[in-house]
Amino acid sequence: MSKFAKKKDAGLPAVNTASLPDIVFMLLFFFMTVTVMKDSSLKVENTLPNASEIKKLEKKDRVIYIYVGAPTSQYSSQFGNEPKIQLNDKFADPSSVGDYILQERAKKAQELQNVLTTALKVDKDANMGLISDIKQELRKVNALKVNYTTYDGDAFNNLQ
Amino acid sequence: MSRRGGPAEVNAGSMADIAFLLLIFFLVTTTIETDAGLDRMLPPIEPPENDVVIKQKNIFEVSINKNGQLLVEDGLIEIKDLRERAIGFLDNGGDGTCTYCKGQKNAESSDNPTKAIISLKNDRETKYSTYITVQNELVGAYNDLRNREAQRLFNRDFTDMESEYLNPETDASRKDDLKEKVKRIQDLFPQKLSEAETSSTN
Repeated sequence: MSKFAKKKDAGLPAVNTASLPDIVFMLLFFFMTVTVMKDSSLKVENTLPNASEIKKLEKKDRVIYIYVGAPTSQYSSQFGNEPKIQLNDKFADPSSVGDYILQERAKKAQELQNVLTTALKVDKDANMGLISDIKQELRKVNALKVNYTTYDGDAFNNLQ
Repeated sequence: MSRRGGPAEVNAGSMADIAFLLLIFFLVTTTIETDAGLDRMLPPIEPPENDVVIKQKNIFEVSINKNGQLLVEDGLIEIKDLRERAIGFLDNGGDGTCTYCKGQKNAESSDNPTKAIISLKNDRETKYSTYITVQNELVGAYNDLRNREAQRLFNRDFTDMESEYLNPETDASRKDDLKEKVKRIQDLFPQKLSEAETSSTN
């Protein structure tokens, strides 16, 4: 028997999968670092309008979100089809926007309290009446920095 | 590797499965998004102490009615013409004190970009999308003029400088430099966009 005798042919050798965990871990860490947990589920339709002259909202910890839109099909039987305001997980009246802002502001760190931005995520089919009410409430609590959140795109697409 | 004695090896075969499980969880919960939009400042609620009298010719009135039609300085216009009209108004330089203006120097229109005010009014029934389009065009008018001046002074677009300035990853020394430039351009064409309360209440 020679030392270099051919081993008996066992078909294709198995692919070495020892590095598979490493690859998967790499992907895992990527997604772990970029993940932002959703903090509230949307109960309103939220198709934002398009705009081209936009600025990015940096630093998520300095932003308070207000959603406006018609209730989704799941809630429309209960709340109707008129656009409503959603704060956190609840539908709300314009009059409670001020309290909500104060509450959220109190939760933030002291040094951030004066640099907060209110992001208005408003469905494109909402009316300005409701937005004006919100703006009025924001002025009352001195939350003057607002951002009308939009998609990046040609603003004239809104008119169709 | 000794065949005897040493501790038994832990079977790591299921590690991939566990990692996959976690991976799938994070894949499903991930939302990669950065929000962007139009930044605006609301006027403070308490009225200014001394009422400043503003000349009518320095105010550019824009009203949107509930059908999404646009009334600019008492004339009906299309939204696509708004940007040009706003630029014409801001860049007018009627009293000749504005050295960088390239407008028509019409005595009936604004005196100086620093005095020119755009007043935006809307109806309660105006659609939000129309309002955003109008806002976008007005902000666009300012940006166009600022870009023009920034190109002249610094050979660079204003919007580009501003976004670099606002980017948290820009380092401090670069920021200081940019801050001055951004400020200078902003002072040439200060954004004076007043939003009156909705027409039905006024």
